[in-house]
Amino acid sequence: MRTAQTGARAVALAASLLAAAPAAADLSVSGFLQQNTAVNTAGANPDGRDYKWQEERAQLKLEATGGAWRGYFKGDGYYDNLDRNGGGDVREAYVDYTGSAFDLQVGRQVITWGLGDLVFVNDVFPMDYEALFVGRPLEYLKRGVDAVKLGAYSKLANFELVLEPKFRESRIPDANRFHLYDPMPTVSNRETVKPSQGDVGLRIYRDIAGYDAALYLYRGFQRTPSMRPDSLTAPTKITYFYPQLSTYGASLSGQVGVGVLSLEAAYYDSRQDRSGTDFAVPNSQTRLLVAYQLQPWEDFTLNLQYYEERMQDYGAYLASLPPGFPVEKRWNPTVGLRATQFYRHQTLRVSLYASYDTSNDDRFINPELRYSFTDRVWGAVGVNIFGGKPWGQFGQLVHDDNLYVQVRYEF
Amino acid sequence: MKRWLTLAALVALLLPLCAWALSGEEVMQKSQAAFLYPGKDFKARVLMKLISKDGQVRVREMTLLRKNMAGPGGEQKYFMYFFQPADVKDMSFMIYKYPAKNADRWMFIPAINMVKRIAAQDNRSSFVGSDFTYEDVSGRNIEDDSHVIEREEKLGNRDCYVVKSTPKNGDADFGYKLTWVDKVNFLPLKEIQYDKKGAPYKQYSADEISEIKGFPTVIKRTMKNLQTGHSTSVVYLKADYNLGIEDSLFSERFLRQPPRKWID
Repeated sequence: MRTAQTGARAVALAASLLAAAPAAADLSVSGFLQQNTAVNTAGANPDGRDYKWQEERAQLKLEATGGAWRGYFKGDGYYDNLDRNGGGDVREAYVDYTGSAFDLQVGRQVITWGLGDLVFVNDVFPMDYEALFVGRPLEYLKRGVDAVKLGAYSKLANFELVLEPKFRESRIPDANRFHLYDPMPTVSNRETVKPSQGDVGLRIYRDIAGYDAALYLYRGFQRTPSMRPDSLTAPTKITYFYPQLSTYGASLSGQVGVGVLSLEAAYYDSRQDRSGTDFAVPNSQTRLLVAYQLQPWEDFTLNLQYYEERMQDYGAYLASLPPGFPVEKRWNPTVGLRATQFYRHQTLRVSLYASYDTSNDDRFINPELRYSFTDRVWGAVGVNIFGGKPWGQFGQLVHDDNLYVQVRYEF
Repeated sequence: MKRWLTLAALVALLLPLCAWALSGEEVMQKSQAAFLYPGKDFKARVLMKLISKDGQVRVREMTLLRKNMAGPGGEQKYFMYFFQPADVKDMSFMIYKYPAKNADRWMFIPAINMVKRIAAQDNRSSFVGSDFTYEDVSGRNIEDDSHVIEREEKLGNRDCYVVKSTPKNGDADFGYKLTWVDKVNFLPLKEIQYDKKGAPYKQYSADEISEIKGFPTVIKRTMKNLQTGHSTSVVYLKADYNLGIEDSLFSERFLRQPPRKWID
């Protein structure tokens, strides 16, 4: 109900902003109506339901431009047929100003950094993992941040500074719908503490001899929570919190041979526990991505991906890990691919995404078929298949495999 | 001395003849310059209709911007912003085209606000699902084919060279093609591509030509797949040249947020 009110307020705000826009402003309106359902294929939810998702959704996009100014609003109203009922969601709502060598964007906006395909090296902005695992359309993978973004452009380099006054977390799957790994299932008293501060990110990018090069700096917090019990021997309460994090990264991409090579790396400085001795806080780590995309024949694209995470202080991690907790490997090399073939004048798309973590068997497979019935109506059907160890990112979801359907009418 | 004079007179007599007798390659070079390189830059609102054999129509609408970075046959930059269909609205697309190496291509995906480089080794692949290939839109390297003037004939009331172009390597999807090039303005008025077995495969026609700022421009064209019956018609609305499009437009910054004045 609160979200519905917030949504309604945002719509009213956007409407009044748009009404106040200069008469000369050019206004465009678009949107869609959508049905999205995901049915379990490997057993019921923890709450006993057979569906992971069953929702009707309408989106309205408004864009007004006048001179160097632009206002943009993208908001959803939805009805969840399972247990969340109706609500509203402001996906994006911002005003921007474009100058000759700089621009400014203020409000809720989606920011995506880096080159990975469903692996995130320098993309430190909030995700919606639940959306990914229930087969919602791609755009729902990202959550907007309420931020000020300043862009500056020069011959030397381009800069993108993101200031987020209030931290926004990633959405993790709902424990009523997904079988999430829980090392202390008997403790029911739980609370979540969100950081009271915001975060800041800077991306510096330019062309270097035909390659796209970028540096990334971030100071803020982990977007997914860590858990701390009040006692290891007789816990009565678990606190979820978002540990302090800084990242330092770089990326490079360009043509090599017949395809596009992407390289990306980052160091995750776990500021809250630099020595790695606090088991509740993720160890500092390095992340590395190597990807190669090619087009072997018409309308077929193949992206091959290698991704790894490596813990920085493995000895300290092992020494501090309480008994009974799963032991992670120091080094997690993951291989992945995405294959996409179009048919029928690119109106039918058949795609496959797969990833496999060779250190712990964690795997995720997502084949999908998408067809545009007309220029306004499209539908997609796919399956999400998870596997691996019971505590792995995908392994814990082994009973959450689902088949999903998306149908959208765009206007 | 007298002999030399005779020779000089002969050369002088032959010179205009030589100048008139263009080779197949020269005709195609002039044609490429007239068709894909006129002006310093170019802008058009492009309305593309994909028409199936049974008459079902799908519409692709975009703004196309082109800037020449060098003379005919040289580097060009392209920028496209999509209006239709709805599921690709606000998507934009950028190509840096080089004369003798694979193009660089980038795409902006508004749904997740991401700019991504895309692999582009296959220039013969379909442009946005239409019957036109990337090469049909932005040109094929002249050196990739050998060109011979087959004959000269009238097409309608226009005098044309008919040039036969045969790929030097077997990587093209056609065996050869015939192009009817207007002798006066050098625009390609008609083209038939034959498959590797020699059967007619695709047919292009320039359906309407208009002179814009002194440049004869094909503002209506059709490409028909003769074997499947599928066809694509393209109309340029609001086509214009020499607008002073800045180099900086062709950048990640504007791919994410195309300036209104260039994409209306």
